[in-house]
Amino acid sequence: MTRINVNVDGISYTDEVEPRTLLVHYLREQLGKIGTVVGCDTSNCGACTVALDGQSVKSCTLLAVQADGGDITTVEGLAAEDGTLHPVQQAFHDHHALQCGFCTPGMMMAVRDLLQDNPDPSEAEIREGIEGNLCRCTGYQNIVRAVQAAAANLSSTGGQS
Amino acid sequence: MTAVADPPAETTAEIGKSRLRKEDQHLITGRTTWTDNMSLPGMVHLAILRSPMAHATITSIDTSEAKKRPGVIAVFTGQDFAETQGNVPCAWPVTPDMVNPGAPSLAVTQVNHVGEAVAVIAARDKVSAQDALEAIDVEYEPLPAVLDMEAAIADGSPLVHPNTTSNRSYTWAFESGAAGTGAPIDDAIASPEVTVTRRFIQQRLIPAFMEPRSTVVQPIGEGVTVWSATQIPHILRTMLALTLGIPEQKVRVIAPDVGGGFGGKIPVTPEEIITTLVARRLGKPAKYTESRSESLMSAHHGRDQIQDVTITAKRDGTVTGLDVHLFADMGAYLRLVGPGVPLLGAFMFPAIYKFPAYRFVCEGIFTTKTPTDAYRGAGRPEATFGIERIMDELAVELGRDPMELRRQNWITHEEFPFTTVCGLTYDSGNYEAATAKALELIGWDELRREQAERRERKDPVQLGLGISTFTEMCGLAPSRVLGSLDYVAGGWENASVRVLATGKVEVVVGTSPHGQGHETAFSQIVADKLGVAFDDVEVIHGDTQSSVKGMDSYGSRSLVVGGIAIVQATDKVVAKARRVAAHLLEANEDDLDFEAGSFTVRGVPGGSAGSSMSMGEIAFATFTAHNLPDGMEPSLDSDATFDPENFSFPHGTHLCAIDVDTETGRSTIRKYVCVDDVGTPINPLIIEGQVHGGLAQGIAQALYEEAVFDDAGNLTTGTFVDYTVPSASDLPSFTTERTETPATSNPLGVKGVGEAGTIASTPAVVNALVDALRPFGVNDIQMPATPERVWRAVHSGAEKSDRAEGGTTAYGGASTGTSDGSDAKGEQL
Ligand code: FES
Ligand code: FES
Repeated sequence: MTRINVNVDGISYTDEVEPRTLLVHYLREQLGKIGTVVGCDTSNCGACTVALDGQSVKSCTLLAVQADGGDITTVEGLAAEDGTLHPVQQAFHDHHALQCGFCTPGMMMAVRDLLQDNPDPSEAEIREGIEGNLCRCTGYQNIVRAVQAAAANLSSTGGQS
Repeated sequence: MTAVADPPAETTAEIGKSRLRKEDQHLITGRTTWTDNMSLPGMVHLAILRSPMAHATITSIDTSEAKKRPGVIAVFTGQDFAETQGNVPCAWPVTPDMVNPGAPSLAVTQVNHVGEAVAVIAARDKVSAQDALEAIDVEYEPLPAVLDMEAAIADGSPLVHPNTTSNRSYTWAFESGAAGTGAPIDDAIASPEVTVTRRFIQQRLIPAFMEPRSTVVQPIGEGVTVWSATQIPHILRTMLALTLGIPEQKVRVIAPDVGGGFGGKIPVTPEEIITTLVARRLGKPAKYTESRSESLMSAHHGRDQIQDVTITAKRDGTVTGLDVHLFADMGAYLRLVGPGVPLLGAFMFPAIYKFPAYRFVCEGIFTTKTPTDAYRGAGRPEATFGIERIMDELAVELGRDPMELRRQNWITHEEFPFTTVCGLTYDSGNYEAATAKALELIGWDELRREQAERRERKDPVQLGLGISTFTEMCGLAPSRVLGSLDYVAGGWENASVRVLATGKVEVVVGTSPHGQGHETAFSQIVADKLGVAFDDVEVIHGDTQSSVKGMDSYGSRSLVVGGIAIVQATDKVVAKARRVAAHLLEANEDDLDFEAGSFTVRGVPGGSAGSSMSMGEIAFATFTAHNLPDGMEPSLDSDATFDPENFSFPHGTHLCAIDVDTETGRSTIRKYVCVDDVGTPINPLIIEGQVHGGLAQGIAQALYEEAVFDDAGNLTTGTFVDYTVPSASDLPSFTTERTETPATSNPLGVKGVGEAGTIASTPAVVNALVDALRPFGVNDIQMPATPERVWRAVHSGAEKSDRAEGGTTAYGGASTGTSDGSDAKGEQL
């Protein structure tokens, strides 16, 4: 067992974890952060995507111990404390960018990262930017629309979060 | 303060509005209830040992070491449950003599596909359970893998199941002459002016819902509460009761948030039964969640047919007959509706065309592969592919424009209702309108000019244009029809509407969504029918304890069957409310107008005191029950069970323009336009989403996906690395439009939409690819049309067309030849 300190969605945790425990399993099983989900076992689907120190990562590709000292944001920490949705969340709702919603947490985290790097992506850049996140329901078209809307919203408000 | 809800501020119709979804809030904030999120006190976690062999007898299993592993609570094999596990149920014995050899949840003496469950470990946590799997020692005596359907039914083939005499499970046949629905096929085939025969391969696909399947079972007394990632909580309840001998009233099934299904969560699964068996044996709650690799290997697959299709026509292009023979791979076992899937296509091969004669024969065959069952469209994508591909081939044979040939043969809008050669009555449709709109949107004539120009100058990147003018039958289904097809259940749906004291409304439905947006669409219907606010309607589903009656969600049935049950229940509520209103307004029931949620005495100026009552006021008056009509029970609540009289027949025209690089084999969809007619729209936004997702899956069949087995029967596409579900960069943006020809078979005028995109799109794409490559002598490309297959087709097409013989009696036109299956077998590219 190894001791780690992490901050997840604004709360500090100190835990003993097995060295082999994946970050996503630590989040789900030890912290109860069930908003983040597991869709595959080969790091292909992106359903588990979270932000670690501001960068999106597939939390099934990292060991929990690798996140020691890190600051993690999951889908559960995306909205403001008063419940105001993050522009990406709002755009996903406004543009019907989710159906079953299983890919959505990871997809939104990936989009948030994409827009941090490229605030005004073209359609092709969006499609490439989210190609590590699979969605079986939407055919991606409304996700692309949502990303465009979120980008416009973020740039008009000058905000980034 | 009043307990009565204010009447809604605006009363414009909800039906037809692109309402944003009620479902989204918890999904975008991560407050989800996926089954795998569940944790119960004392819960044990399961891991399943799966067969590495496609076909073998189990000579011994030693679990003693595994039982000693830390944290392991119990290990069970098929022997431990042999007396209690029964068989994984199949509800569709399509013929009286269909052979069903039985399907144990845990293999007892033999394994028949890679991934079949052999033993289960229960441990205090999942990691301990998984770690201990390696300590189970199983000895197998290998048997020969049975992989090729035609070889499987040839004399001398090894049998998949020792308790059968053939690998053929059933032969199901329909012939229009014998059925009295058309002319005898033999006459049509005996002396045709033109015949085209083709063999098409429907490759095996995997539904690949994003949420892996998961089941939690809590034993309670004699009974169980089951949470499962399923499309069918109600059917699962009944089937678990029947399979395990638990009284049905003691079984409660809950489908919480379910992350996609696409048919993949239709059957009752071995894992659901195993989890229930373990939980009951241990007297502890148990959870099993599959990994993606387990899911791809053991959750059922779809499609996998060999289609031999013959079309006959007059030289002027009028079609005269259609003769279809299918081999359908059942895999190792018959799942819930697996045998019936091809039958759902049986009635769809004639599609929108006026065939006078038709024959359909399907042989269901066992192989040592993962079982097959429904995958989005279930039988209808296969049929639509077969007919839309052969129409193109006939057009080439006749030297005709493929759209013109379709137009010559399709049912014109004046001809509805139209009874087809299979005896189905299509209630409504307008193929001309959808087609005209689609052609215009894509700029067809301009694209044809460009194609000619690029052909002319031998552009290495050729342009192909593909058509799919489809219809489908959905809204499963009239119970009488299901009965005539030997399905063991009905196709009705149930809804109940409860009007609360404050005027808010609860609608309890028997359909069970997993991404479709039922809560939103059903709220819109109820808001309009009762004149209450959209936000005042709560839709309750997915728990057999609250939603006591239902037939669940599949086959694009939720709106066209379940939605109508809701309409009927609301009609009953309004009738009861009218009685209360008449009593309290001291008016005659017949003198009350009901509009926008209020009853008003006709002829009395609006707004005058005592002349009108809102639904909210009536609800409160009914709740207090101080002053109700004599003999009236104090409740507005009503329920309805609706059994449709007919299927729903959405249709549409899908057009695809594809660029094909003949030097690299790479193809890129340049434009995809579809005009779907799903009748009266309830929520256009949700319809569009359904079409987008459907297109993605249909295009994926054409270009990307295939479940491939090696010679030993191992699935070689067992992860998302190899089973290539398309990502955003693999797909284009689509142009999706609609025409609206209301269904006449239901009061909302609605038609199903869940499967249309998948059903229609595959042949549009393949027709486009083949169209691009006709100058190279190519007349078919096996799916998925990978760059390698396209490249090979380009470079062997000419040679192949020289070789082709038979299959055509016409002369002239382009070369067509019979696809001899040379690219259909042997090369798993
Ligand atoms: S679960 Fe992490 S990429 Fe699939
Ligand atoms: S919304 Fe279902 S997988 Fe993306």
